[in-house]
Amino acid sequence: MKRLLTGLTMALATVAMTGAASAADTYPERPIGVAVSYGAGGATDFQARIVTMVAGNEDLLGQPIYIINKPGAGGRVGWNWLATQADNDGYTMGAYNVPHFIAQSIKGGVKYSAESFEPIANWGEDPAVVVVGKDSEFDSMEDLVAFAKENPGKTTTSGAGLFVGHHIAALQIEKACECKLAYIPTKGGGAAAMKAVIAGDVLAGINNLSDAYRAREAGNVKILGVADVKRNEEFLSDVPTLQEAGLDVDNSSVNYRGLMVPKGTDPAVIKVLAEKVPAMFENSRVAKRMKAGGSPMNVMNREEVQKMWAEREEFLKELLSGL
Amino acid sequence: MEFLGYFGGVFEPVAMMLLLGGTVGGLILGATPGLSPTMAVALLIPFTFQLSPAHGLILLGAAYTSTVAGGAVSAILLKIPGAPANIATALDGHEMAKQGEGARALHLSFLASGIGGVIGVLLLIFLTPVLAQWALAFGPSHLFWMAILGVTLIGSLDSKSFVKGLLSGCIGLWLSTIGYDDMQGVPRFVFADALTGGINIIAALIGLFAIPQVMEMFAKGRRDLAIEQVAVTKHKLSDSIGEIGRSGRALSIGTVIGSIIGLVPGVGGQIAGLVAYDQTRKLSPHKAKFGTGHPEGVIAAESANNAMVGPSLVPLLTLSIPGSPTAAVLLGGLLIHGIFPGGDLFERHPEVIWTFINSMLLGQILMVVFGIWIAASAAKIARAPVPIMAAAVLILAVFGSYSVQQSMGDVYVMLLLGIGMYALEKFGFSAAPLVLGLILGPIAEANFIQGSMIANAMDGPWTYFFGGPLNLLLVALVVGSILYSFLSNRAENAALAKAVEVGE
Repeated sequence: MKRLLTGLTMALATVAMTGAASAADTYPERPIGVAVSYGAGGATDFQARIVTMVAGNEDLLGQPIYIINKPGAGGRVGWNWLATQADNDGYTMGAYNVPHFIAQSIKGGVKYSAESFEPIANWGEDPAVVVVGKDSEFDSMEDLVAFAKENPGKTTTSGAGLFVGHHIAALQIEKACECKLAYIPTKGGGAAAMKAVIAGDVLAGINNLSDAYRAREAGNVKILGVADVKRNEEFLSDVPTLQEAGLDVDNSSVNYRGLMVPKGTDPAVIKVLAEKVPAMFENSRVAKRMKAGGSPMNVMNREEVQKMWAEREEFLKELLSGL
Repeated sequence: MEFLGYFGGVFEPVAMMLLLGGTVGGLILGATPGLSPTMAVALLIPFTFQLSPAHGLILLGAAYTSTVAGGAVSAILLKIPGAPANIATALDGHEMAKQGEGARALHLSFLASGIGGVIGVLLLIFLTPVLAQWALAFGPSHLFWMAILGVTLIGSLDSKSFVKGLLSGCIGLWLSTIGYDDMQGVPRFVFADALTGGINIIAALIGLFAIPQVMEMFAKGRRDLAIEQVAVTKHKLSDSIGEIGRSGRALSIGTVIGSIIGLVPGVGGQIAGLVAYDQTRKLSPHKAKFGTGHPEGVIAAESANNAMVGPSLVPLLTLSIPGSPTAAVLLGGLLIHGIFPGGDLFERHPEVIWTFINSMLLGQILMVVFGIWIAASAAKIARAPVPIMAAAVLILAVFGSYSVQQSMGDVYVMLLLGIGMYALEKFGFSAAPLVLGLILGPIAEANFIQGSMIANAMDGPWTYFFGGPLNLLLVALVVGSILYSFLSNRAENAALAKAVEVGE
């Protein structure tokens, strides 16, 4: 009996070991889930569905990727889930939004930080822009800043929420112009913030470049400035950067989107993903769809994302320390 | 009449197949507990990658139309509302099914959906520019008052007792505060990780409506072994059509309210059915029959939730603002083909957008045809023995709440809410007001906070929340609704007291 048990244990151990050894070689063996911290139809969800659509190609991951929506509280719900509850077996990835999740972790009250996740690759770069309604009296950033200086705290400015890229941009503008805005977070993300600007509920708004570009094409808004270090030549070559408008605002609020896995995922699996995922983002069909939708892309590999995360974390710690 | 010129596009072989596939698939997806119209449309988006823009939109439009109506099937037969839009349908629809009138309820529900839906799409075709201005008129203060108006219905909705209705509404409002607060990101009443995102509305719907019923069935099955079988009455379609013809009041109230409320971004779709149901009841001479299997309840609710579909797309198509989660998903479907919605959409891509709208019009009619076709056989479900039925509903409830975001936490929440509701029902409380509180709480709260922030930067809360004709109109409606509930409740009590006196 004892012998039988020993034999069984050894057999099991062998199976387990071969399983472990081959796991990374044959990965992925089944479809991979990507947890998106925003609802279906949001910009992050929409882009995540496009950039993962060719995952099943044989030269890429060879397995399809499906999206799981875990929306709530500006992304906190989804990232909490990924950090504490998701399996780190390589079959659950998450979509990140920087600076959102890093700013939230600095502010506290959540169960994750930049150390809870391992970046895989970046697909998108969506700068924040300042928008006003099409009939607004403001025609430039200078007009807006002049009004804000004369009427401290009365320039109602909508954005997608607290401690997301839009809020960071608003804080940076306030710091640069030495004036006071009234930042109004909305429930329902960038779309609700844009509605507030178009309907005239607020005087101005901070929104995603991609959404603002569409709203301007539709003739609903004017775009006053881009919170980036260079103009966006592809979509908005005529809109000046905030720096050109005399405001010392860099690209710290730019919304970077990409994929990550929870800490503790097998390094061999991360290696496979870090190699294949950027190639997936660069696929020509993906690029075509993203361009059609007005979504600016910037594919970055794992090392570049690690560096970008570290820079953002350092900057945000300083910016948010005064709050 | 420009749209007539593009009808040819819908009748091409591929377009027709997609339309049929989208309608039938949408009905099935809509009838599946846990799959809301939003999820169903999101699931179909990848299929449209391979199609031309017009074809992709035909598929999505047909699916959107029929999932909303498909939700009525599970609401009526199983008392599992597929989405918030179908809550009101379950109130009378399931009572009808229990009395063997399932086929009649399904006939009426599909016919009413079709009529409401066609009118809604016609509004979209003819009145889009006017309606777009109306949708923009609602700012935070107006949305706040809209939500409060919804809250005032709580006391009178599906409850024997006014006070108990209000109490269940309060429980719902409290439950809605659980989780991270969406504006500030502060966690509230979070005792378990599964609650950080708050209570998922779909899981809550399934738990509150289906589970008490399952427990009731199991209890019954234990008590008497010889369980009565429901005789499923056959129902002639011509009778249903005649009945719809005679229910002009319920149908018009449902359609009008559904179209108007459907336009309001962020609020409309969720409460259109309930508000229409409540108004129809208040204006009906047979008030007491509502909630006991009264066909007018089904007609009002279903005409409202499909009438909402067309107008809910107005802000999306003209202003590029998605007014509902489903519209947001549809926006994605447009964007991947490089079609940007906006005021001149109808000039830039007329063939795509008119084909899309036409397919929704035709989809409504196909949906009625297929819905009625399955009604007779679907209604036979009521004949299933009670224990089997209970087990099947339980399985569907677990499956449905898990599938929303693949989380066991939602399943536990669903079961706990269900068990709690079973106990509350024993004391005469009911689920509908509780759910209404759960839906309206976050809308009222977020818009109040946002409105106050804007008001503080401007002229103060009084001028902001009470200024302007729309605010005043909504406040007047709120006051009127409260007065009505109060007075009719007092009249009922007086009548009851008199009856008791006479009886003695």
